[in-house]
Amino acid sequence: MNWLLDLTPDEWNAVRLSIKVATVAMLFSLPPGILIALLLARGQFWGKTLLNGLVHLPLILPPVVTGYLLLLTFGKRGPAGAFLAEHFGIVFSFRWTGAALACGVMGFPLMVRAIRLSIEAVDRRMEAAAGTLGANPLWVFATITLPLILPGLIAGAILSFAKAMGEFGATITFVSNIPNETQTLPSAIYTFTQVPGGDEGALRLTLISIVISMGALVASEVLARRVGRRMDME
Amino acid sequence: MTVLVDISHRLGDFSLDVRFESAGRLTALFGPSGSGKTTLINMIAGLIRPDKGRIEADGRVLVDTGAGIFVPKHRRRIGMVFQDARLFPHMSVAGNLRYGRWFTPAAERYADMDAVVELLGIGPLMDRRPAKLSGGERQRVAIGRALLASPRLLLMDEPLASLDEARKAEILPYIERLRDETKIPIVYVSHSVAEVARLARDVVMLAQGNVIASGPTEAVMQRLDLLPAEERGEGGAVLDTRVLRHDENFGMTVLGSAAGEIRVPRLAAAAGAPVRIRIRARDVMIATEQPAGLSALNILPGTIVAISPGEGPAVEVGIDCNGATVLARITEQSRHALKLRLGGHVFAVIKTVSFDRANTGAGLPAEADG
Repeated sequence: MNWLLDLTPDEWNAVRLSIKVATVAMLFSLPPGILIALLLARGQFWGKTLLNGLVHLPLILPPVVTGYLLLLTFGKRGPAGAFLAEHFGIVFSFRWTGAALACGVMGFPLMVRAIRLSIEAVDRRMEAAAGTLGANPLWVFATITLPLILPGLIAGAILSFAKAMGEFGATITFVSNIPNETQTLPSAIYTFTQVPGGDEGALRLTLISIVISMGALVASEVLARRVGRRMDME
Repeated sequence: MTVLVDISHRLGDFSLDVRFESAGRLTALFGPSGSGKTTLINMIAGLIRPDKGRIEADGRVLVDTGAGIFVPKHRRRIGMVFQDARLFPHMSVAGNLRYGRWFTPAAERYADMDAVVELLGIGPLMDRRPAKLSGGERQRVAIGRALLASPRLLLMDEPLASLDEARKAEILPYIERLRDETKIPIVYVSHSVAEVARLARDVVMLAQGNVIASGPTEAVMQRLDLLPAEERGEGGAVLDTRVLRHDENFGMTVLGSAAGEIRVPRLAAAAGAPVRIRIRARDVMIATEQPAGLSALNILPGTIVAISPGEGPAVEVGIDCNGATVLARITEQSRHALKLRLGGHVFAVIKTVSFDRANTGAGLPAEADG
């Protein structure tokens, strides 16, 4: 057991960085994820198929391609990257924020899918009932729709987090593999496998990776069950 | 408080063309399924936008397609009780009850939580989740939730249709209390003659998207020919009576009506209380002479004022008993044998036991048999 927890500072940094990147990616994906899921589930507009395809693109493209497209758009010389750096001081290239962006984009389709399914399962007659009681559409969403889709939100968030924990291709293409800045768990494992005698470190990080992912999954199950029970029983 | 509806609406092959006005305490929209009554009530609530027309409640224009007016449902302050209750599953009963109240401007809140909880007998349910309620309890909570939003008008869309007879009998008295003890006008959708006759002051009868009759319940319910086929057997005269006295020896109540005294099984109402009864046409026999040696206790003298063909071999005879019309369904053969004709003097014979709880307004369950 000791050899498992006896991490070098660089390894610890990779673990901490991965959790930070995945958490930030998940949290920042949630609001746009809910919005896009709502649009896809309920909207009737021109270009809906296009939007749906766009959202799913990271799922079907090779991660390297997604990473390269991010580099082109959000890199130092990319249009979005230059704009954000100049006006808001937000820099993505070769920073951990860039890793979070890459992870968020890669996990986005999974999150939107989960939330969209739960929105489609909402009994809209409940929302109509809330409307007759005086709640305007925004209140209906906040007090009826949102609580009813909570299990789907949790599932989507955990999927996004888990995807971010494992993201490799897009991240390494976009922000490279810089220790203490962009070297997440998968990048660190990859680095270990590239050097002689790195097997033990790779194995340690692999086991940690498994523990974190399993932990997230179990946590989501427990949360979802608690939410479900609150609605059906008591 | 008046409700005015004048709309036309197309839904595929179905077209709805309805105009009615109501100023009553409880107006029933009555008709068979598919007659458009639920669509109509959804339009009043603001859940469906009519193609063309105008809807007003209490002098306030809610819809006027000509002027481009459509008040959204959350600004109408019209309460709705749905057939399927639609309680919010993620809130307790108390949370559901407070929901509408919270959105009502403080100055317009007239409904009092304690009074409504007491009126509907839902005090013991407050901490429960909707999933743990029975169908009847759920419907009572749904009524309370709508009331606590202090609506200007209360709509009820077949609130009893998905309940069994026992649950219906449990809720009907609460709706009667609601009608008699609060000031909120009610529009009540139903396809049941029993419910309409018992609850409604006015009836708007619909068939295939059109109004086929409207007016006071006693008058509209006389039109047996207009009743939907499956409800025809339930049709009959509706009389408003008062409790004269109780006959404890035989477990009966004697009601006073224009037509004379009517004996029904013991009711929970106190002497002097108004009771509305429905006398099913199929439960009424006709005699041309004062019958003797007969078990039936109610024998009302009267004059034949209408004879109209019924279904199959039946004819429907209207008998004016001192101002109150009683309907009888008899065979054409009997009519022939008795030589019944308009203006003839006859006796309407009604068995006491033909009055059941569904056609006499009985008190609240707690007071019953008291």
